[in-house]
Amino acid sequence: MIELRGVTKRFGDRVALDDVSLEVAAGTVHVLLGSSGSGKSTVLRLILGLLMPEAGDVLVDGTRVTEATRTALVRRMGYVVQDGGLYPHLTAYDNVALPARAQAWPAPRIRDRITALGAMVGLDAAMLARYPRELSGGQSQRVGLMRALMLDPPFLLLDEPLGALDPIVRAELQTQLGALFTTLGKTVVLVTHDIREAVLLGATITLMTDGRVVQQGSFADLVERPASPFVSRFLTAQTLVPMGAEKG
Amino acid sequence: MRRLGCIAVGLLALHATAGSALADGVIRVGSKSFTESYILAEIAAQVIEQTGEARVERQLGLGGTGLAYRALASDAIDLYPEYTGTLSHIILKDPSLRTTEAIRARLGSSGLTASDSLGFNNTYALAVRADVGERLGLRSIDDLARHPTLTAAFSSGFLEREDGWPGLSRRYGISLAQVRVMEHALTYRAIVSGEVDVMDVFSTDGQLERLRLRILRDDRGFFPDYWAVLVARKELPEKYPRTWARLREALEGQLDERRMQQLNAMADLDGKSVPEVAAAFLGTERSAGSDRRGLGRELYALTLDHLLLVLVSVVVAVVIGVPLGIAATRFRKAGQVELGTIGMLQTIPALALLVFMIPLFGIGKVPALVALSLYALLPVVRSTYAGLMAIDGRLLEMAFVLGLGRLARLVRIEIPLASIGIMAGIKTAAVMTVGTATLAAFIGGGGYGTLIVRGLALDDTATILAGAAPAAAMAVIFHVAFELLDRLAVPRGLRR
Repeated sequence: MIELRGVTKRFGDRVALDDVSLEVAAGTVHVLLGSSGSGKSTVLRLILGLLMPEAGDVLVDGTRVTEATRTALVRRMGYVVQDGGLYPHLTAYDNVALPARAQAWPAPRIRDRITALGAMVGLDAAMLARYPRELSGGQSQRVGLMRALMLDPPFLLLDEPLGALDPIVRAELQTQLGALFTTLGKTVVLVTHDIREAVLLGATITLMTDGRVVQQGSFADLVERPASPFVSRFLTAQTLVPMGAEKG
Repeated sequence: MRRLGCIAVGLLALHATAGSALADGVIRVGSKSFTESYILAEIAAQVIEQTGEARVERQLGLGGTGLAYRALASDAIDLYPEYTGTLSHIILKDPSLRTTEAIRARLGSSGLTASDSLGFNNTYALAVRADVGERLGLRSIDDLARHPTLTAAFSSGFLEREDGWPGLSRRYGISLAQVRVMEHALTYRAIVSGEVDVMDVFSTDGQLERLRLRILRDDRGFFPDYWAVLVARKELPEKYPRTWARLREALEGQLDERRMQQLNAMADLDGKSVPEVAAAFLGTERSAGSDRRGLGRELYALTLDHLLLVLVSVVVAVVIGVPLGIAATRFRKAGQVELGTIGMLQTIPALALLVFMIPLFGIGKVPALVALSLYALLPVVRSTYAGLMAIDGRLLEMAFVLGLGRLARLVRIEIPLASIGIMAGIKTAAVMTVGTATLAAFIGGGGYGTLIVRGLALDDTATILAGAAPAAAMAVIFHVAFELLDRLAVPRGLRR
């Protein structure tokens, strides 16, 4: 379980998060939804211990994330970023192997694990021998996902994982991700600005704007019982089909 | 500071063990970097070779008096030509030492000895154009007092030394309309064309006769005597008595001013090589072919020398510079101070930096290597720092998330990602050092600069080129070699 309790984070004068509280139940998929600058990526970075809050607490399974605990806690998290975050000087295989090598896994164990993960996301050995610049956006993202899953962490944090992909690849990967989340049963926090993605993947949605939480609940909650006019405005702005029509 | 001290002591120890080649059957002959010194040293070298008791290692062109004497005193060379006036006034700082016997006795306490006079007195003198001297009736320095409108151009040393113009003008009570500083070689042209009337010369200067210059008599005996002698380490006559006896026999009293003027003129004006001039004096045959083979052998030795200078100093610069560059990214404030300090080192002219090393490390390879390493530091540190700072911060965050420790992050991620920049810095350092290393010859460090220094002293463009051209070629070769090395050092995924 991941908890944020009254978390405030400032970057200089700018308030990135203002008294944010939220809970992610174990084994669920939680989507942080909002436009850019709403503070949703900052939430992920606080959970990872890459940032420390000015006020409030971030807890992972009851342990506060601090300078002292973050190194141990981060071992239990997989992290996927928008452009894959792959190291250009390493092959896809070596990128995926990196966290296991840092834990001094024996080579055969690494090889077996990568073969299994490759089969899961649909990348073969020839593809994994390539360097990142020889991969398409979708392929890079799959490699990034493999790397995040390498140590089989209980938590998976994804920051706009499909944000940079073209619509067809994106739709395809969204479906695959959804299936993957169901099979793996991990605690997932996914950041996106795309409502379709949020609806497709997330059991719970937290809608954020200007560093504050506007509403938390299922998609149906947001549509049927919007906490403020902003919620309805945000939902309709991105939906081609009018809300009324979908409901009817 | 303490660590620096340790390194300094270590290098000094290394330096000390490098000395004393006499025991290995080698006599190291040195000279200062002007024609006459080269010729006398070469004559001595050829005499030693003929005697056959020991091999010769030539360390010619060791800059000025301070350098050459320090080289002898610190056992970096075994023998070089010097002048009694310089020994008494400048080195031993006791003008009362008038005879070679007195000087030899004093040198003995420093473990050195000297020959008797070689027969000529190469003193400072004032010269005027012969026709001007005739017209104005100038025969001695006293006569200048009657012509205060004359102008003079002096070399900077002469203008400042107490045994030069300041003392001279006081002793004779003369002042001239205009006294300026000029490069010696250019002053000859100026006096011939009549732009200046009086200049300082050395009495054995090869150009005096050819340019029809008249030396003004020093009736009041102001200028000290500068009798040429050989100074040597005491071990030389002890270990090689036959060689020392041969040297004294061949040289003592064998050269008068006129003969020395002729030898200097052969090298300066007739374009003869120093070995040819020396052979001519000794009356030995020396074919052009043997000289050419000699030059080939010398070039080969100098190439190895130069390579050693460049490779060692670049390796040292990399071993020290890359960690310094990494440190600068870790400690931002201290890093700026560090980068500023290393930048400041670079503003010191390379030659000055080399000379600063002499009090610390003496002369020869060690001080040259220290100076060249310091000089090569900046491009390495800078490029390492810049290369690391240019890495996308998100890739570094990811390293933490993936569970990489500090060292693993540095070795597996940061250095490979910065490798293109770091290699560029090392390449710059190497190519630059090939050039800078030519200056090492000024402090006896050897390398291609040896030929450049010799060429400058003899005003011989061909010799300068013989040193400069291979240096340029080596720079190109280094550049190409590093392009190939890039393929090994830069990960394939980063190459274009």
